[in-house]
Amino acid sequence: MSTRLIDLSHITKSYGDNTVLDDMNLYIRENEFLTLLGPSGCGKTTTLRIIGGFEKPDQGVVLFNGQDITNLPPNKRQLNTVFQKYALFPHMTIAENIAFGLKIRGKTKAYINDKIKYALKLVNLDGFENRMPDSLSGGQQQRVAIARAIVNEPKLLLLDEPLGALDLKLRQDMQYELIRLKNELGITFIYVTHDQEEALTMSDTIVVMNQGYIQQIGTPEKIYNEPENAFVADFIGDSNIIASTMIRDELVEILGARFACVDKGFGTDQPVDVVIRPEDVDLVKPGEGTLDGVVTHLIFKGVHYEMEVTANGFEWLVHSTDMFPVGTKVGIRVDPFDIQIMNKPSSEDEEAVALDA
Amino acid sequence: MHKGTNKKPAETPGIVYFNQTLMTAPYLVWALAFIIIPLLMIFYYGLTDKTGAFTLENVIAITTAQHSKALWLALLLSLISTALCLLLAYPLAMILAKRSVSQQSFIVLIFILPMWMNFLLRTLAWQTLLEKTGVINSVLTFLHLPTLNIINTPAAIILGMVYNFLPFMVLPLYNSLTKIDPNVVNAAYDLGANGTQTFLRVIFPLSIPGVISGITMVFVPALTTFVISNLLGGSKILLIGNVIEQEFTQASNWNLGSGLSIVLMIFIILNMVLTGIFDKNGEGTAL
Amino acid sequence: MIKQCAQKVYIGLIFIFMYAPIVTLMVLSFNNSRTRAKWGGFTGKWYAELFSNRSIMQALYNTLLIAVVSAVAATLIGTVATLSISAMRRRSRAVFMSVTNIPMLNAEIVTGISLMLLFITLRVKFGLGTILLSHITFNIPYVILSVMPRMKRLNPSVYEAALDLGASRVQAFFRVVFPDLLPGILSGFLMAFTMSLDDFIITHFTKGPGVDTLSTKIYTEVRKGIKPEMYALSTLIFVTVLILLILVNYTPKSKEKQSSGQNGGSL
Repeated sequence: MSTRLIDLSHITKSYGDNTVLDDMNLYIRENEFLTLLGPSGCGKTTTLRIIGGFEKPDQGVVLFNGQDITNLPPNKRQLNTVFQKYALFPHMTIAENIAFGLKIRGKTKAYINDKIKYALKLVNLDGFENRMPDSLSGGQQQRVAIARAIVNEPKLLLLDEPLGALDLKLRQDMQYELIRLKNELGITFIYVTHDQEEALTMSDTIVVMNQGYIQQIGTPEKIYNEPENAFVADFIGDSNIIASTMIRDELVEILGARFACVDKGFGTDQPVDVVIRPEDVDLVKPGEGTLDGVVTHLIFKGVHYEMEVTANGFEWLVHSTDMFPVGTKVGIRVDPFDIQIMNKPSSEDEEAVALDA
Repeated sequence: MHKGTNKKPAETPGIVYFNQTLMTAPYLVWALAFIIIPLLMIFYYGLTDKTGAFTLENVIAITTAQHSKALWLALLLSLISTALCLLLAYPLAMILAKRSVSQQSFIVLIFILPMWMNFLLRTLAWQTLLEKTGVINSVLTFLHLPTLNIINTPAAIILGMVYNFLPFMVLPLYNSLTKIDPNVVNAAYDLGANGTQTFLRVIFPLSIPGVISGITMVFVPALTTFVISNLLGGSKILLIGNVIEQEFTQASNWNLGSGLSIVLMIFIILNMVLTGIFDKNGEGTAL
Repeated sequence: MIKQCAQKVYIGLIFIFMYAPIVTLMVLSFNNSRTRAKWGGFTGKWYAELFSNRSIMQALYNTLLIAVVSAVAATLIGTVATLSISAMRRRSRAVFMSVTNIPMLNAEIVTGISLMLLFITLRVKFGLGTILLSHITFNIPYVILSVMPRMKRLNPSVYEAALDLGASRVQAFFRVVFPDLLPGILSGFLMAFTMSLDDFIITHFTKGPGVDTLSTKIYTEVRKGIKPEMYALSTLIFVTVLILLILVNYTPKSKEKQSSGQNGGSL
């Protein structure tokens, strides 16, 4: 694909005894929408701040278009940030906020005015020039923050949980807005969030992080369908994670029953973790599946029913458009390609260890 | 003021913990008796003569050579010391605000704790330090540096003002600087501003409420002091505060003293109005 | 690094500026010479003589009495007044705050002479009583301004939750609202106490002849020369406060544990 815009190599950062990032390696391609996803404290915001220039890594190098920018102050970097909670200048009008970066660069008045008009149109806020930030709603302030960043025509836009403070409906609208903006502007986005749905909706690439380590890098589909470890499987969506035994290639024993699968190379009679998404569990008549169980809970969720099926001592989470009342005996069947096999971590530490290349 | 009692307020209904009238009354009565009425007394005395007849003489008395000189000198010295306080305090407040660790105890150490040593004594101590053969000059002589002879000059009064009122400048500045969202500052850097540009365009404008509050807090006591000028200026330098004090305690001409106080209050009110314009929350940032 | 160093030097210089007079006074309290212009050798005798100096002891007593009584009274009046603010309309609130701000923003000399004129007009006898009334007056705003932020931060639902759980209004207030306000009330009290203790100007105009606080006594002594016992007394007061501050600052953890344990037990 296209060239690498940002290259992080061997980045380590700690605050006192607390290591936030440990030997992190990551690259971001030009024109990519990359999301750093993880729970709070996983190091995603620190990564963003290192790219933005607000933190210096203890070790490691940040390359921008192949040039070392590790020690370059933020005002010399060709990128802009959309901050959490917007960080608009409270003493300036919307127009002055947007004009800030352009004035610093000494652009002409006419150019600046054109840019303000263009940017406000782009974020659907025409006519807001002379309003003050505190008279705007959260969603509007958010869009001003984006406008303020993009008028400088950065090659890279960093977004730090930009939708975190908005309510659900607005957040969903803004997700589409951001995708549209990205496509119109053709610049690279690095997006930080702890919201897995947001990450799956918008990203080209998702980087799942935990405790300062990258857990998995991949497309949304790959992250969702083929999580590489229990953390990723658990963090992204609902899942059934079951300790199992790999009998041999393409055959796994789950809760005493043997399921056909597609994975190879895990050896024979090896303990593994199996991930099965709730919507991949097919409920059939008793005896027709691989395992038999009883429905113990049933909740209507709108698009589907959520059920819990107890089978061989495990509570299976099942999403299905078919409804089986509580107490119904059912058979459980899983298609071979819906069974995701993962190596069992041999220790707590390894669970968090980087899996990046 | 007690329009809102008993009836539920129309906007933002707050909680009525106890009987509203009973709660407001003591302070209301107190404020009326000991804040409002006494201030009116100044106007009464200031605008009448000894017989109680109306006159503007006491106010106009400010134009006499002796009084106007005292007023101009007080204005000059207090403006200089306010400016010096601002210059000294701003970097200090910036340093303190930047350190993320709790600086509260440090501020207490520097500015609150000294208040437990009597302020007259602390000011007097500067005499000992500044005298011709005082501590500072001994040190300067020892280092073969020229000596400092400012005791009993306006310069010593300025030093006393800065010393006494510096805390009033630092605290509001510190408060307003810590209120600035660090990401707003980061945003300025992110948008290409360098350190100076960020300071001039973002940090300083956002600290203006603190600057104004600090200026008020320093300017008023400096303008009206009679103690500092008395202790460090010898008895020859008269500020407007000294004149008024003497009218009350020595000359017992309360009418003249009140009349001059009215003039002084014009400056104080100007100052309050200024603060009101910039500090819209009405909270003040002093505490 | 250089910047860090410069910052430390700057803080150090300000520190020296603020503390040079204090150190001077401490040194003078050990000076075996009646005048402050000469060093007459080291002595501790002023500390001994201090306690037998009737007039200084009387002034100290007056000062402390006024500080305690005026701080307590101001805390009561100020706290009650602040409580009523939550139910006020915006305009009443603005008036309330402006009145409160007058003694804060006004010059002390003006406050002093205004009270003096009031007492003269009402023919009140000048003495401890007039000083007390004046100190309460300028202390109330300090209490209000330190309780107010706590009051604003108060979550009204907490009070309502207490009512909902069966507490009476008085119980709900004293068990839920009051503990929340307490730190503000305490700091207001301390502020008032400190201000009263350090006040000279307003006391100067509202005291009667023959009644002296430490401040006014020092002021009358300026011409004649300050008695060295006064340096000794100020040093003692300062060191006491310093030690108290250190104790409070360095034992908060154990104290917190204790108090929370006690609370847990009593509930």
